[in-house]
Amino acid sequence: MKKTLLGLATLAVYLLHQDFWFWNTARPLVFGFVPIGLFYHAAYCVLASLLLWLLVKYAWPGELEREAERPHEKRRP
Amino acid sequence: MIPVLIVFVYLAVVVYIGVFAFRSARGKEEVEDYFLANRSLGPFVFLMSLFGTNMTAFAILGSSGHAFANGIVTFGLMASISALVIPLSLLLVGTRVWALGKRYGFITPVQLFRDRWETSHVGTVIFAVQAALLVPYIIIGVMGGGTTLSALSGGRVPYWLGGAVVALVVMSYVLFGGMRGTAWVNTFQTTLFLVFGGIAVVVIGWGMGGFSAAAEAMLASPQAYLLSRERFSPAYFFAYTLIPLSSIAFPHITIFCLTARRMSQFRRTVVLYPLCIAAIWLPCVLLGVMANRAGDVPAIQEKLQARQALASTAAAELAPEARAALRAKAAGDDVLVRMLEHYAPAWLAGLLGAGIMAAVMASDSQILALSTMFTEDVFAHYEGRARFGEAAQVHTGRAFVIGLTVLAYVIALRLPESIFTVAVQYAFTGFAGLSVLLLAALFWRGSTKWGALASTLWVAASVAGVAAVNAWVKAPPAGQAIVVWSLGGLELVTRTAAGLSILGTQPVVPAVLGSALLMLGVSALTARPSAETIRRYFR
Repeated sequence: MKKTLLGLATLAVYLLHQDFWFWNTARPLVFGFVPIGLFYHAAYCVLASLLLWLLVKYAWPGELEREAERPHEKRRP
Repeated sequence: MIPVLIVFVYLAVVVYIGVFAFRSARGKEEVEDYFLANRSLGPFVFLMSLFGTNMTAFAILGSSGHAFANGIVTFGLMASISALVIPLSLLLVGTRVWALGKRYGFITPVQLFRDRWETSHVGTVIFAVQAALLVPYIIIGVMGGGTTLSALSGGRVPYWLGGAVVALVVMSYVLFGGMRGTAWVNTFQTTLFLVFGGIAVVVIGWGMGGFSAAAEAMLASPQAYLLSRERFSPAYFFAYTLIPLSSIAFPHITIFCLTARRMSQFRRTVVLYPLCIAAIWLPCVLLGVMANRAGDVPAIQEKLQARQALASTAAAELAPEARAALRAKAAGDDVLVRMLEHYAPAWLAGLLGAGIMAAVMASDSQILALSTMFTEDVFAHYEGRARFGEAAQVHTGRAFVIGLTVLAYVIALRLPESIFTVAVQYAFTGFAGLSVLLLAALFWRGSTKWGALASTLWVAASVAGVAAVNAWVKAPPAGQAIVVWSLGGLELVTRTAAGLSILGTQPVVPAVLGSALLMLGVSALTARPSAETIRRYFR
């Protein structure tokens, strides 16, 4: 369930990148000079960071680290 | 000349850091130490260096140049989607690569592929395609060095010399410092750029009389389209979401994933990566767009006039050579440096120029990766290490790198395209297609070496096809398209000013889709690796 929700959240953030609603307009100019389309995508970076924080917190592949720390044969071909 | 002198002092500092790092590793010139810094990088160096590895001439000069010509769309095309896809791929793929490297001692992605698919020669083919696709990325480093030094010196340091200086500096600390030197230089450079990028925005904004006035004036002018995305189709924009898949498939990024001391070092990198992207790309794109109002900068004024001439109806009647000359004049790769030179005092322009140079020199990671790949995937794989020893292996890698860098330098001097176009149409398209290999190797039991071979050949053919058409069909004026191939009235392949377009989107779409379909189809028809190998990868 947790993984499904995180997967859906990731898909939603991916789709939010396609912001057709700010496509043809520059206004409002945020802070007086940043077009809204640019501001949206800057805010998108913050949203991406939040999503990744959630993924790291709730879907961290810790088993990989435990497995890697066990002794193994070196197989470099 | 003061800014250039400051940049040269900076270059000397960079070489010193690389050599100093080399000295700390002297006495144990072992393969894992030279190529992977003994898998011992700590959290801060890992984040700054990995980010610095992705912060190249493309991110600084290419982004501002593209924004100068195309507007704010540049940020959405490359930065914001990279802010999601790159850290996501580090989390899903990078951690697995790290774990496998730690478990089985892999140093390169090809070693992983060879082991995963029980193959030797298919790995060699993958190596050859990876090495060839890295050349365009080294080319943009040379182009960035030439552009920056030439612009900062007002042309007194010619483009060819600037490019040569950067190539020599980067080669020297990579070849003597290995991964340890490269990582420390990257950390130093990324910190420098993050500090000076913000200062550059303030200084240039101040010099222009404030960005608000510039933005309002732009909105009231025919350039208003630069502040929205009205000239780009949603399909074209969407196609770019495939481009950041290339990041994890770049050998220097895959190899870098192996340098972390512990897997937990990925945590902070993954979360902070999107914010670092915004911190770098936002000022570059904003300044690139605002450069359109910097008519008081003579070099930019000339660019705007050349662009106007290209857009006029008379441009269609010009000879291809005359159009190419106008296009070169209108190119915006140096607008950031031109603005710095004009609006900042000489000493500050020098420091900021050094910050830009820091990003331009991120080609160090690709050069080191090439050295690693050649020595491990070819020299050692074909028994060179057993016959000549580990020291000979490192020296051979250095010789290979010098050869490829010289090749990249020669091509860079002749290439008419912008940094952005070279990176997107060749390097990013190719490695996005090759990302299928990593995904299939790590997540699909059914993948086979023949599927991998088919995907790799498809990617190589795609990029070679793009290069061939771009070379043979000269670019039309901006806003126009030459139909290269149509079927039943449908324009399949067109040549635009920004390179090749396929069904109105980027070549990355067929490169990735074709690669994925071939991996699926060919793997389904061919024999899997042994059950033992599959068990080791899918516990």
